[in-house]
Amino acid sequence: MATEVKMPQLGESTYEGAIGKWLKQPGDKVERFEPLVEIITDKVNVEMPAPFGGTLTKILVTEGATVAVGTPIALMETADAVPSGDGEGKAPAAQPRTEARVAAAASAGAATKEEGPRLSPVVRKLAEEHGLPLAELAQVQGSGAGGRITKEDVTKYLETRRAPASPAAPARPAPPPPVTTAPATGDQLIKLTPLRRSIAQRMAQSKREIPHAYGVIEVDMTTLVRWREAHKEQWRARESVNITYTAFFVKAAVEALKAFPVVNASWSEEGIILRKAINIGLGIALDDGLIVAVIKQADQKSLVGIARELETLGKRARAGKLTLEDVQGGTFTITNPGVFGSIWSMPIILPGQAAILATDAIVKRPMVRNDGIMIRDIMHLGLSFDHRIFDGAAADQFLHRIREKLETFAGGDAALTDF
Amino acid sequence: MPEIRYIDAINQAHHDEMARDERVVVLGEDVGRKGGVFGATVGLIDKFGEDRVIDSPLAESSIAGVAIGMAANGLIPIAEFQFADFIHPAFNQIVSEAARMRYRSNNAFGCPVVFRAPFGGSHGTALYHSQSIESFYAHVPGIKVIVPSTPADAKGMLKAAIRDPDPVLFLEHKRMYRLVKGEVPDGDYVVPIGPAAVRREGRDLSVIAYGWMLYESLRAAEMVASEGINAEVVDVRTLAPLDKDTILKSVAKTNRALIVYEDNRFVGYGAEIAAIIAEEAFGDLDAPVMRLGAPQVPGIPFSKPLEEWFFITKEKIADAIRKLAAY
Repeated sequence: MATEVKMPQLGESTYEGAIGKWLKQPGDKVERFEPLVEIITDKVNVEMPAPFGGTLTKILVTEGATVAVGTPIALMETADAVPSGDGEGKAPAAQPRTEARVAAAASAGAATKEEGPRLSPVVRKLAEEHGLPLAELAQVQGSGAGGRITKEDVTKYLETRRAPASPAAPARPAPPPPVTTAPATGDQLIKLTPLRRSIAQRMAQSKREIPHAYGVIEVDMTTLVRWREAHKEQWRARESVNITYTAFFVKAAVEALKAFPVVNASWSEEGIILRKAINIGLGIALDDGLIVAVIKQADQKSLVGIARELETLGKRARAGKLTLEDVQGGTFTITNPGVFGSIWSMPIILPGQAAILATDAIVKRPMVRNDGIMIRDIMHLGLSFDHRIFDGAAADQFLHRIREKLETFAGGDAALTDF
Repeated sequence: MPEIRYIDAINQAHHDEMARDERVVVLGEDVGRKGGVFGATVGLIDKFGEDRVIDSPLAESSIAGVAIGMAANGLIPIAEFQFADFIHPAFNQIVSEAARMRYRSNNAFGCPVVFRAPFGGSHGTALYHSQSIESFYAHVPGIKVIVPSTPADAKGMLKAAIRDPDPVLFLEHKRMYRLVKGEVPDGDYVVPIGPAAVRREGRDLSVIAYGWMLYESLRAAEMVASEGINAEVVDVRTLAPLDKDTILKSVAKTNRALIVYEDNRFVGYGAEIAAIIAEEAFGDLDAPVMRLGAPQVPGIPFSKPLEEWFFITKEKIADAIRKLAAY
């Protein structure tokens, strides 16, 4: 029988995907889970495994085209029973179930062939009912035997989850009335890539919903700069990784987040959710946009470990090889406009988080110290925060905590592990 | 409402029904002058006479066969087996004749016999006075199998069994006779055969039990309550026909099921409940269905340590509950 293959839901906030490259052509035999098509979403590029085995009979969406999640993208001739007895594609009620399954197969394939968690029937059912993608479910900390995710874990998670995307609700907010932007003669229209569109949506959503407030402080980086300059070659030789300033910022931010849990939090109408995990997202600039990769459980990692992960994530991001796992679950974000020379930044908070930290360029400035003027390495730290969740006092204390960590370090011959 | 013992409830039901309907007769070993080995039929012979309260020979096949013949001729017999362990010689009569009568005669004859038998283990009852025989008969279509666990149910369900137009195997756990007391409604009442009862509301898991295991399960539920585990306890009451709905409803709420039965686990009655939950409530399960039953040996040993090893206790149930809750 002819069966539709649909655009899978790849991640919690993707609503559409573009066809990168068809890996099979009409007439080809396809095994279940065999890579079928490359899909480009705003976050990652993945090879979508065939949701079932059979023969590819027709490609419905050509390479380069973007379609909404759930849109049929190909037809396959299958032996008989497709792993969905719900009248695939006919009954609208059956749709989310099918998609969830395809998404599960897709993300299982994408997540570096790692096996997903074993889920009990009731957990699967709950996830389906609440439109919780299995990839997101896999992030839930299990309290059952061997870390199994129990029904209670899911209900607790659902309670804390901000505005769960109901499968029935329209996936995308209604488009705002168009501003007069008709192109004039000689103007050029650049089509939105999925990445550009996603950035636009998320940033607009953030500014629309989150009352941003800001705090900026000055940090004297002289000691740290000298220490790093004196040792970085030696560190690189020993650890075979470049210990960047960003690694120090992550480490310092993690300590401050531990001291001020309210910064590592999410807003919900029921209350403020303090996140147990400290997962630090880092903005990585790409040619056509910006992507945030996440260092998971950053509080459990050493400085060298963080530096190494930064390097790996950066390489993967630039090669377009980030997995869903790499970009999900962030609880706090650091962005580093300093690399481009910015000295004063006010970034936009990622929806679902409480704050974002910008680390600006380190520049030499004349500073007054002990009534004399000295040349010091100075950097600004800017924090944008959700004023619904906490107030200026907490923001400033949080920033001071980071400054303290960066400034009071002894330097000299201290080891990396002393930081 | 007066509080009475389980055995008294059984005795009262006999008195009431024999007075209400003169077709009701009682037969069995020592049911007359002795009033039954456990006292279930005390006082009947004085009130209703030897024609209606018959001391039978030590021949269980005959007790069952005679009762079936009486039923075919318009009487409503209650046949007592002194211990369920001795019912085996009557298996052929009960299964081949009583249970099939209505089916075989194309609905021309029913077989309104109540077969009563004390079953289950108590202290030192060993191989020949402690067997659980319910699954042999629950397997057979055509006969109802009930195991009431409170005095109110014992009285009300025995009355329902006597008034039922088909054969009923009425099992009384001998440990409950004098240990279990409870209030019984005044006047004439029946408790319908079929519906199960939730004896303890809970949200974390469902313990499904019957007979004495209900009491061990309720105690185990109290033991784990202080540890934060809130167990629901379902009293099956009627093994055939089984009230699936109450069980499935409970499992839909708690998502975890533990079935406790005193019989040996393998092919025991609890296996059927487990299978039904697996088939019909699969989507509600958050853990594998669990069974707790006796080991696969021929009977309850007489030796005290071995008896303890065999018997399902509240401690063993509490352990199983903890394991299931932690899954």
